[in-house]
Amino acid sequence: MENEKHDIIPYRTFLFVLAGLILMTLTSVALTQIYLGTLTIAIALIIASVKSSFVLRIFMHLKFENKFFSRMFIAVALLICSVITLTLLDYLFR
Amino acid sequence: MSTHTNIHRDDLSSKLGMWLFLFTEMLLFGGLFVVYTIYRYLNPTAFHQAAQELSIFVGTLNTIILLCSSASIAMSITAIRLKNKKAALLLLGVTIILGLAFLVNKYFEWGNHLREHIYPGSAILALRGQGDVLFYGLYFFMTGLHALHIIIGLVFIGVVTVSVSKNRITHNNFSLLENSGLYWHLVDLIWIFLFPLFYLIT
Repeated sequence: MENEKHDIIPYRTFLFVLAGLILMTLTSVALTQIYLGTLTIAIALIIASVKSSFVLRIFMHLKFENKFFSRMFIAVALLICSVITLTLLDYLFR
Repeated sequence: MSTHTNIHRDDLSSKLGMWLFLFTEMLLFGGLFVVYTIYRYLNPTAFHQAAQELSIFVGTLNTIILLCSSASIAMSITAIRLKNKKAALLLLGVTIILGLAFLVNKYFEWGNHLREHIYPGSAILALRGQGDVLFYGLYFFMTGLHALHIIIGLVFIGVVTVSVSKNRITHNNFSLLENSGLYWHLVDLIWIFLFPLFYLIT
């Protein structure tokens, strides 16, 4: 049984993404050294999210896969985010 | 497939099964991230000061090591699909070596903490207050659980490497390699969030 054949991803795509990911890591280290306060948390988490999206879409092939996989992933990620938000809201306004 | 026995194989379902398993892993760590968020909110000063004691250099180094290992296992799939077994084995070997390097760094990092009597249940840590106990409790549990996943991932990739060398994984039958890659990338993904939360946000 052969699945729908998607094109073979070339080596250089992974190397470009890797370079981007390392660059983002170093940027996030540098930025968190400069900034202080709540902005630091936001910056670090936004960079982490961008890095994750590259890992998910390219390394884990979600970009080339049936859309069903991405939708399931987004549903689970939203579930985790909403649980964190709701729990935090409970503590903030208790 | 024209083998003498008609073996049923469904690569898409096998991948779907792997993703469903990865979702349970995400929920496992997700729960821990909820605990982290709340305790950080309740103990901002203690978390701020305790996080400053972690080595950003070692954390950054381990992040880069994991990112490189993710790229190498992703490239091994390209290699096997191009029927280049040698390159696939080499890239899998690189992945395993990088994974081991991550664990070696972790060993020295934890060793330093233990020498300073910082570990869950330590009396010296308890003297520093509830916030520090919570920070280091979460730190050891979450990075420890993550390291356990690294060890499991390395065993998985080891099995896959043997399968590639014995031609059980080939250019038209590589779903086990793909699934081990997915698992390894998820471990990387979790670290992408653990790293800023414990090392960077001080």
